[in-house]
Amino acid sequence: MEAYLSLFVKAVFVENIALAFFLGMCTFLAVSKRIPTAFGLGIAVIVVTGITVPLNNLVYRHLLREEALASIGLGGVDLTFVGLISYIGVIAASVQILEMFLDKYVPSLYNALGIFLPLITVNCAILGGSLFMVERDYGFGESVVFALGSGLGWALAIVALAGIREKMRYSDVPHGLRGLGITFMTVGLMAMAFMAFSGIQL
Amino acid sequence: MGKARDTLLRPIFDDNPIALQILGICSALAVTSKMETAVVMSLAVIFVITFSNGAVSLIRQHIPTNIRIIVQMTIIASLVIVVDQGLRAYAFNISKQLSVFVGLIITNCIVMGRAEAFAMKEGVRSSLIDGIGNGLGYSIILLVVAVLRELFGAGKLFGIEVFQLANVGGWYEPNGLMLLPPSAFFIIGGFIWVLRSFKTDQIEMDN
Repeated sequence: MEAYLSLFVKAVFVENIALAFFLGMCTFLAVSKRIPTAFGLGIAVIVVTGITVPLNNLVYRHLLREEALASIGLGGVDLTFVGLISYIGVIAASVQILEMFLDKYVPSLYNALGIFLPLITVNCAILGGSLFMVERDYGFGESVVFALGSGLGWALAIVALAGIREKMRYSDVPHGLRGLGITFMTVGLMAMAFMAFSGIQL
Repeated sequence: MGKARDTLLRPIFDDNPIALQILGICSALAVTSKMETAVVMSLAVIFVITFSNGAVSLIRQHIPTNIRIIVQMTIIASLVIVVDQGLRAYAFNISKQLSVFVGLIITNCIVMGRAEAFAMKEGVRSSLIDGIGNGLGYSIILLVVAVLRELFGAGKLFGIEVFQLANVGGWYEPNGLMLLPPSAFFIIGGFIWVLRSFKTDQIEMDN
Protein backbone atom coordinates (compact mmCIF):
# COMPACT_ATOMS: atom_id res chain seq x y z
CA MET A 1 0.00 0.00 0.00
CA GLU A 2 2.76 2.39 0.95
CA ALA A 3 4.56 1.70 -2.31
CA TYR A 4 1.42 2.67 -4.24
CA LEU A 5 0.99 5.85 -2.22
CA SER A 6 4.55 6.89 -2.84
CA LEU A 7 4.21 6.11 -6.55
CA PHE A 8 1.07 8.25 -6.66
CA VAL A 9 2.64 11.25 -4.94
CA LYS A 10 5.71 10.89 -7.14
CA ALA A 11 3.58 10.85 -10.30
CA VAL A 12 1.55 13.90 -9.23
CA PHE A 13 4.26 16.18 -7.88
CA VAL A 14 7.85 15.02 -8.18
CA GLU A 15 7.67 13.73 -11.73
CA ASN A 16 4.84 15.93 -12.89
CA ILE A 17 4.23 14.88 -16.45
CA ALA A 18 3.65 18.41 -17.74
CA LEU A 19 6.29 20.36 -15.84
CA ALA A 20 9.11 17.85 -15.46
CA PHE A 21 8.76 15.88 -18.70
CA PHE A 22 7.06 18.52 -20.89
CA LEU A 23 4.40 16.14 -22.13
CA GLY A 24 1.14 17.40 -23.55
CA MET A 25 2.68 20.86 -23.97
CA CYS A 26 0.85 21.79 -27.16
CA THR A 27 -2.57 21.56 -25.56
CA PHE A 28 -1.12 22.75 -22.27
CA LEU A 29 -0.18 26.10 -23.78
CA ALA A 30 -3.03 26.41 -26.25
CA VAL A 31 -5.99 25.58 -24.02
CA SER A 32 -4.98 27.33 -20.80
CA LYS A 33 -6.52 30.76 -21.37
CA ARG A 34 -9.51 30.21 -19.10
CA ILE A 35 -10.00 28.12 -15.95
CA PRO A 36 -13.27 26.30 -16.86
CA THR A 37 -11.95 24.97 -20.18
CA ALA A 38 -8.65 24.02 -18.58
CA PHE A 39 -10.57 22.18 -15.88
CA GLY A 40 -12.68 20.28 -18.41
CA LEU A 41 -9.62 19.25 -20.35
CA GLY A 42 -7.87 18.21 -17.13
CA ILE A 43 -10.75 15.90 -16.20
CA ALA A 44 -10.76 14.41 -19.70
CA VAL A 45 -7.03 13.70 -19.46
CA ILE A 46 -7.40 12.02 -16.06
CA VAL A 47 -10.17 9.77 -17.38
CA VAL A 48 -8.40 8.86 -20.61
CA THR A 49 -5.01 8.13 -19.02
CA GLY A 50 -6.78 6.20 -16.26
CA ILE A 51 -8.28 3.93 -18.90
CA THR A 52 -5.59 3.66 -21.55
CA VAL A 53 -2.44 3.17 -19.49
CA PRO A 54 -3.76 0.06 -17.67
CA LEU A 55 -5.17 -1.21 -21.00
CA ASN A 56 -1.81 -0.77 -22.68
CA ASN A 57 -0.23 -2.44 -19.69
CA LEU A 58 -2.36 -5.53 -20.36
CA VAL A 59 -1.56 -5.39 -24.08
CA TYR A 60 2.14 -5.13 -23.34
CA ARG A 61 2.30 -7.82 -20.69
CA HIS A 62 0.06 -10.40 -22.36
CA LEU A 63 0.61 -9.87 -26.07
CA LEU A 64 3.75 -7.96 -26.94
CA ARG A 65 6.38 -8.84 -24.38
CA GLU A 66 9.02 -11.41 -25.22
CA GLU A 67 7.69 -14.91 -24.44
CA ALA A 68 4.23 -13.46 -23.69
CA LEU A 69 2.69 -15.71 -26.34
CA ALA A 70 4.57 -18.85 -25.21
CA SER A 71 1.41 -20.32 -23.66
CA ILE A 72 -0.25 -20.63 -27.06
CA GLY A 73 2.78 -22.24 -28.65
CA LEU A 74 4.48 -19.13 -29.97
CA GLY A 75 7.55 -19.16 -27.74
CA GLY A 76 10.44 -17.00 -28.87
CA VAL A 77 8.14 -14.45 -30.50
CA ASP A 78 8.99 -10.89 -29.49
CA LEU A 79 6.48 -8.33 -30.65
CA THR A 80 7.77 -5.31 -28.75
CA PHE A 81 8.64 -3.55 -32.01
CA VAL A 82 4.97 -3.07 -32.89
CA GLY A 83 4.47 -1.51 -29.46
CA LEU A 84 4.19 2.10 -30.59
CA ILE A 85 1.53 1.41 -33.19
CA SER A 86 -0.47 -0.81 -30.80
CA TYR A 87 -0.45 1.77 -28.00
CA ILE A 88 -1.61 4.60 -30.22
CA GLY A 89 -4.26 2.27 -31.66
CA VAL A 90 -5.51 1.40 -28.18
CA ILE A 91 -5.60 5.10 -27.28
CA ALA A 92 -7.45 6.14 -30.44
CA ALA A 93 -9.96 3.31 -30.01
CA SER A 94 -10.57 4.03 -26.31
CA VAL A 95 -11.14 7.70 -26.97
CA GLN A 96 -13.61 6.85 -29.72
CA ILE A 97 -15.51 4.36 -27.53
CA LEU A 98 -15.49 6.73 -24.57
CA GLU A 99 -16.89 9.45 -26.79
CA MET A 100 -19.76 7.24 -28.00
CA PHE A 101 -20.45 6.00 -24.47
CA LEU A 102 -20.58 9.50 -22.99
CA ASP A 103 -22.71 10.77 -25.85
CA LYS A 104 -25.32 8.09 -25.14
CA TYR A 105 -25.31 7.76 -21.37
CA VAL A 106 -23.82 10.94 -19.86
CA PRO A 107 -24.67 13.69 -22.35
CA SER A 108 -24.00 16.48 -19.83
CA LEU A 109 -20.37 15.45 -19.42
CA TYR A 110 -20.10 14.86 -23.15
CA ASN A 111 -21.19 18.42 -23.83
CA ALA A 112 -18.86 19.78 -21.19
CA LEU A 113 -15.83 18.04 -22.69
CA GLY A 114 -16.90 18.87 -26.23
CA ILE A 115 -14.04 19.23 -28.66
CA PHE A 116 -11.37 18.19 -26.17
CA LEU A 117 -12.19 14.52 -26.18
CA PRO A 118 -11.14 13.72 -29.77
CA LEU A 119 -8.14 16.04 -29.42
CA ILE A 120 -6.83 13.94 -26.57
CA THR A 121 -5.76 11.17 -28.95
CA VAL A 122 -2.86 13.31 -30.07
CA ASN A 123 -2.00 14.58 -26.59
CA CYS A 124 1.50 13.35 -25.82
CA ALA A 125 0.74 13.13 -22.10
CA ILE A 126 -1.42 10.08 -22.81
CA LEU A 127 0.99 8.23 -25.09
CA GLY A 128 3.86 9.36 -22.87
CA GLY A 129 2.14 7.79 -19.86
CA SER A 130 1.91 4.47 -21.69
CA LEU A 131 5.53 4.63 -22.85
CA PHE A 132 6.81 5.44 -19.36
CA MET A 133 4.77 2.54 -18.02
CA VAL A 134 6.47 0.19 -20.47
CA GLU A 135 9.94 1.64 -19.93
CA ARG A 136 9.69 1.36 -16.14
CA ASP A 137 8.08 -2.07 -16.37
CA TYR A 138 5.14 -1.38 -14.04
CA GLY A 139 2.81 -4.18 -12.95
CA PHE A 140 -0.95 -3.84 -13.49
CA GLY A 141 -1.68 -2.33 -10.05
CA GLU A 142 1.19 0.10 -10.36
CA SER A 143 0.06 1.12 -13.83
CA VAL A 144 -3.40 2.07 -12.55
CA VAL A 145 -1.92 4.19 -9.75
CA PHE A 146 0.66 5.77 -12.05
CA ALA A 147 -1.99 6.57 -14.67
CA LEU A 148 -4.29 8.32 -12.21
CA GLY A 149 -1.37 10.15 -10.62
CA SER A 150 0.09 11.43 -13.85
CA GLY A 151 -3.33 12.45 -15.15
CA LEU A 152 -4.04 14.34 -11.94
CA GLY A 153 -0.63 15.99 -12.06
CA TRP A 154 -1.27 17.20 -15.59
CA ALA A 155 -4.73 18.49 -14.69
CA LEU A 156 -3.33 20.31 -11.67
CA ALA A 157 -0.65 21.97 -13.77
CA ILE A 158 -3.02 23.17 -16.49
CA VAL A 159 -5.58 24.56 -14.02
CA ALA A 160 -2.81 26.40 -12.18
CA LEU A 161 -1.46 27.85 -15.42
CA ALA A 162 -4.93 28.94 -16.49
CA GLY A 163 -5.37 30.70 -13.15
CA ILE A 164 -2.11 32.57 -13.59
CA ARG A 165 -2.95 33.53 -17.17
CA GLU A 166 -6.35 34.89 -16.14
CA LYS A 167 -4.64 37.17 -13.62
CA MET A 168 -2.02 38.14 -16.15
CA ARG A 169 -4.62 39.91 -18.24
CA TYR A 170 -4.16 42.87 -15.90
CA SER A 171 -0.41 43.08 -16.36
CA ASP A 172 1.47 45.18 -18.85
CA VAL A 173 3.54 42.65 -20.77
CA PRO A 174 6.16 43.82 -23.33
CA HIS A 175 4.67 43.63 -26.83
CA GLY A 176 6.94 40.96 -28.25
CA LEU A 177 6.30 38.70 -25.28
CA ARG A 178 2.50 38.89 -25.35
CA GLY A 179 0.64 35.63 -25.66
CA LEU A 180 2.97 32.75 -26.27
CA GLY A 181 6.24 34.25 -25.02
CA ILE A 182 5.09 35.20 -21.56
CA THR A 183 3.27 31.88 -21.24
CA PHE A 184 6.55 30.08 -21.78
CA MET A 185 8.20 32.19 -19.08
CA THR A 186 5.32 31.51 -16.69
CA VAL A 187 5.52 27.77 -17.29
CA GLY A 188 9.28 27.93 -16.69
CA LEU A 189 8.72 29.57 -13.32
CA MET A 190 6.04 27.00 -12.47
CA ALA A 191 8.44 24.21 -13.40
CA MET A 192 11.02 25.70 -11.05
CA ALA A 193 8.46 25.78 -8.27
CA PHE A 194 7.58 22.15 -8.91
CA MET A 195 11.27 21.24 -8.73
CA ALA A 196 11.09 22.02 -5.05
CA PHE A 197 9.21 18.74 -4.69
CA SER A 198 12.10 16.78 -6.11
CA GLY A 199 13.81 16.36 -2.74
CA ILE A 200 10.85 14.49 -1.29
CA GLN A 201 11.66 10.94 -0.27
CA LEU A 202 8.72 8.73 0.60
CA MET B 1 11.23 27.10 -58.65
CA GLY B 2 10.32 30.16 -56.63
CA LYS B 3 7.37 28.35 -55.12
CA ALA B 4 9.47 25.38 -54.03
CA ARG B 5 11.97 27.70 -52.40
CA ASP B 6 9.17 29.51 -50.65
CA THR B 7 7.68 26.22 -49.41
CA LEU B 8 11.07 25.25 -48.02
CA LEU B 9 12.04 28.53 -46.37
CA ARG B 10 8.73 29.87 -45.08
CA PRO B 11 8.42 27.44 -42.16
CA ILE B 12 11.93 28.23 -40.96
CA PHE B 13 11.45 31.88 -40.03
CA ASP B 14 8.14 33.35 -41.15
CA ASP B 15 5.90 30.56 -40.03
CA ASN B 16 8.00 28.59 -37.61
CA PRO B 17 6.11 25.56 -36.28
CA ILE B 18 7.36 25.97 -32.71
CA ALA B 19 7.57 29.72 -32.24
CA LEU B 20 4.40 30.66 -34.05
CA GLN B 21 2.13 27.70 -34.44
CA ILE B 22 2.82 26.26 -30.93
CA LEU B 23 3.24 22.79 -32.37
CA GLY B 24 5.57 20.01 -31.31
CA ILE B 25 6.81 21.64 -28.16
CA CYS B 26 6.72 18.53 -26.00
CA SER B 27 9.80 16.95 -27.47
CA ALA B 28 11.49 20.26 -28.24
CA LEU B 29 12.10 20.87 -24.58
CA ALA B 30 13.01 17.53 -23.19
CA VAL B 31 15.82 16.51 -25.52
CA THR B 32 17.70 19.81 -25.63
CA SER B 33 20.00 19.54 -22.62
CA LYS B 34 22.73 18.12 -24.89
CA MET B 35 23.70 18.74 -28.51
CA GLU B 36 24.02 15.06 -29.30
CA THR B 37 20.44 14.16 -28.46
CA ALA B 38 19.12 17.34 -30.06
CA VAL B 39 20.84 16.58 -33.37
CA VAL B 40 19.63 12.98 -33.43
CA MET B 41 16.12 14.06 -32.53
CA SER B 42 16.14 16.71 -35.28
CA LEU B 43 17.23 14.18 -37.88
CA ALA B 44 14.57 11.73 -36.70
CA VAL B 45 11.85 14.36 -36.95
CA ILE B 46 12.99 15.57 -40.38
CA PHE B 47 12.96 11.97 -41.61
CA VAL B 48 9.51 11.19 -40.23
CA ILE B 49 7.85 14.43 -41.32
CA THR B 50 9.30 14.31 -44.85
CA PHE B 51 8.28 10.76 -45.57
CA SER B 52 4.91 10.95 -43.82
CA ASN B 53 4.12 14.05 -45.87
CA GLY B 54 5.22 12.25 -49.02
CA ALA B 55 3.27 9.08 -48.25
CA VAL B 56 0.09 10.89 -47.26
CA SER B 57 0.26 13.05 -50.35
CA LEU B 58 0.83 9.99 -52.55
CA ILE B 59 -2.38 8.30 -51.43
CA ARG B 60 -4.39 11.45 -50.68
CA GLN B 61 -6.98 10.73 -53.37
CA HIS B 62 -7.65 7.26 -51.96
CA ILE B 63 -8.07 8.14 -48.28
CA PRO B 64 -11.75 8.30 -47.24
CA THR B 65 -12.17 11.60 -45.38
CA ASN B 66 -13.81 10.20 -42.26
CA ILE B 67 -10.99 7.81 -41.42
CA ARG B 68 -8.12 10.00 -42.60
CA ILE B 69 -6.77 10.65 -39.10
CA ILE B 70 -6.34 6.93 -38.47
CA VAL B 71 -4.66 6.43 -41.85
CA GLN B 72 -2.24 9.30 -41.18
CA MET B 73 -1.58 8.01 -37.69
CA THR B 74 -0.74 4.55 -39.01
CA ILE B 75 1.69 5.94 -41.57
CA ILE B 76 3.39 8.14 -38.98
CA ALA B 77 3.55 5.38 -36.39
CA SER B 78 5.14 2.98 -38.90
CA LEU B 79 7.81 5.56 -39.80
CA VAL B 80 8.52 6.22 -36.14
CA ILE B 81 8.93 2.49 -35.55
CA VAL B 82 11.50 2.40 -38.36
CA VAL B 83 13.42 5.29 -36.77
CA ASP B 84 13.18 3.76 -33.31
CA GLN B 85 14.44 0.36 -34.43
CA GLY B 86 17.21 2.01 -36.47
CA LEU B 87 18.40 3.99 -33.46
CA ARG B 88 18.32 0.93 -31.23
CA ALA B 89 20.42 -0.97 -33.74
CA TYR B 90 23.05 1.67 -34.57
CA ALA B 91 23.04 4.21 -31.73
CA PHE B 92 21.86 2.36 -28.66
CA ASN B 93 23.25 4.86 -26.15
CA ILE B 94 21.50 7.80 -27.72
CA SER B 95 18.33 5.80 -28.05
CA LYS B 96 18.47 5.15 -24.30
CA GLN B 97 18.97 8.85 -23.56
CA LEU B 98 16.07 9.87 -25.78
CA SER B 99 13.99 7.20 -24.00
CA VAL B 100 10.31 7.72 -24.71
CA PHE B 101 10.73 10.84 -26.81
CA VAL B 102 11.39 9.00 -30.05
CA GLY B 103 8.06 7.24 -29.63
CA LEU B 104 6.44 10.56 -28.90
CA ILE B 105 7.21 11.80 -32.41
CA ILE B 106 3.94 10.00 -33.24
CA THR B 107 1.98 12.53 -31.27
CA ASN B 108 4.20 15.42 -32.32
CA CYS B 109 1.61 17.80 -33.64
CA ILE B 110 3.92 19.15 -36.34
CA VAL B 111 3.88 15.84 -38.18
CA MET B 112 0.12 15.37 -37.90
CA GLY B 113 -0.49 19.03 -38.58
CA ARG B 114 1.49 19.09 -41.81
CA ALA B 115 -0.05 15.85 -43.03
CA GLU B 116 -3.49 17.27 -42.40
CA ALA B 117 -2.95 20.85 -43.51
CA PHE B 118 -0.56 20.43 -46.42
CA ALA B 119 -0.03 16.88 -47.66
CA MET B 120 -3.76 16.16 -48.01
CA LYS B 121 -4.05 18.96 -50.56
CA GLU B 122 -0.76 19.28 -52.43
CA GLY B 123 1.31 17.14 -54.79
CA VAL B 124 4.01 14.72 -53.70
CA ARG B 125 6.97 16.91 -54.60
CA SER B 126 5.88 20.05 -52.79
CA SER B 127 4.73 17.92 -49.83
CA LEU B 128 8.21 16.44 -49.51
CA ILE B 129 9.72 19.94 -49.63
CA ASP B 130 7.21 21.23 -47.11
CA GLY B 131 8.14 18.31 -44.85
CA ILE B 132 11.84 19.17 -45.02
CA GLY B 133 11.11 22.86 -44.43
CA ASN B 134 9.02 22.25 -41.35
CA GLY B 135 11.50 19.69 -40.09
CA LEU B 136 14.24 22.30 -40.43
CA GLY B 137 12.15 24.98 -38.74
CA TYR B 138 11.72 22.61 -35.82
CA SER B 139 15.40 21.64 -35.82
CA ILE B 140 16.65 25.19 -35.81
CA ILE B 141 14.92 25.99 -32.54
CA LEU B 142 15.97 22.66 -31.08
CA LEU B 143 19.62 23.28 -31.98
CA VAL B 144 19.69 26.89 -30.77
CA VAL B 145 18.22 25.85 -27.43
CA ALA B 146 20.60 22.90 -27.17
CA VAL B 147 23.69 25.00 -27.94
CA LEU B 148 22.75 27.53 -25.27
CA ARG B 149 21.91 24.89 -22.69
CA GLU B 150 24.95 22.69 -23.16
CA LEU B 151 27.42 25.57 -23.56
CA PHE B 152 26.31 27.52 -20.51
CA GLY B 153 25.16 24.57 -18.44
CA ALA B 154 28.17 22.31 -18.85
CA GLY B 155 30.73 24.39 -20.76
CA LYS B 156 30.74 21.82 -23.56
CA LEU B 157 29.50 21.29 -27.09
CA PHE B 158 28.93 17.72 -28.31
CA GLY B 159 30.66 16.63 -25.10
CA ILE B 160 33.86 18.50 -26.03
CA GLU B 161 35.02 21.11 -23.56
CA VAL B 162 34.70 24.69 -24.79
CA PHE B 163 34.85 26.67 -21.56
CA GLN B 164 37.22 25.28 -18.98
CA LEU B 165 35.22 24.67 -15.83
CA ALA B 166 36.12 26.23 -12.49
CA ASN B 167 36.24 22.91 -10.64
CA VAL B 168 39.08 21.67 -12.85
CA GLY B 169 41.09 24.88 -12.57
CA GLY B 170 39.45 26.89 -15.37
CA TRP B 171 37.52 30.12 -15.23
CA TYR B 172 33.96 29.17 -16.06
CA GLU B 173 31.46 28.51 -13.29
CA PRO B 174 28.71 26.40 -14.95
CA ASN B 175 25.13 27.55 -14.58
CA GLY B 176 23.40 24.42 -13.35
CA LEU B 177 19.94 25.84 -14.04
CA MET B 178 20.63 25.54 -17.76
CA LEU B 179 20.68 21.76 -17.53
CA LEU B 180 17.36 21.66 -15.70
CA PRO B 181 13.96 21.61 -17.43
CA PRO B 182 12.80 25.20 -16.65
CA SER B 183 15.65 26.82 -18.58
CA ALA B 184 14.28 25.43 -21.84
CA PHE B 185 11.09 27.42 -21.29
CA PHE B 186 12.98 30.64 -20.63
CA ILE B 187 15.16 30.18 -23.70
CA ILE B 188 12.23 29.47 -26.02
CA GLY B 189 10.29 32.36 -24.48
CA GLY B 190 13.27 34.63 -25.15
CA PHE B 191 13.64 33.25 -28.67
CA ILE B 192 10.02 34.11 -29.41
CA TRP B 193 10.57 37.59 -28.00
CA VAL B 194 13.58 38.19 -30.26
CA LEU B 195 11.78 36.75 -33.30
CA ARG B 196 8.74 38.94 -32.71
CA SER B 197 10.78 42.07 -32.16
CA PHE B 198 11.96 41.71 -35.75
CA LYS B 199 8.71 40.41 -37.18
CA THR B 200 6.23 42.71 -35.51
CA ASP B 201 3.27 41.28 -37.42
CA GLN B 202 3.51 38.13 -35.30
CA ILE B 203 2.69 39.94 -32.06
CA GLU B 204 -0.55 38.78 -30.42
CA MET B 205 -2.32 41.94 -29.34
CA ASP B 206 -5.64 40.56 -28.17
CA ASN B 207 -4.65 39.26 -24.77
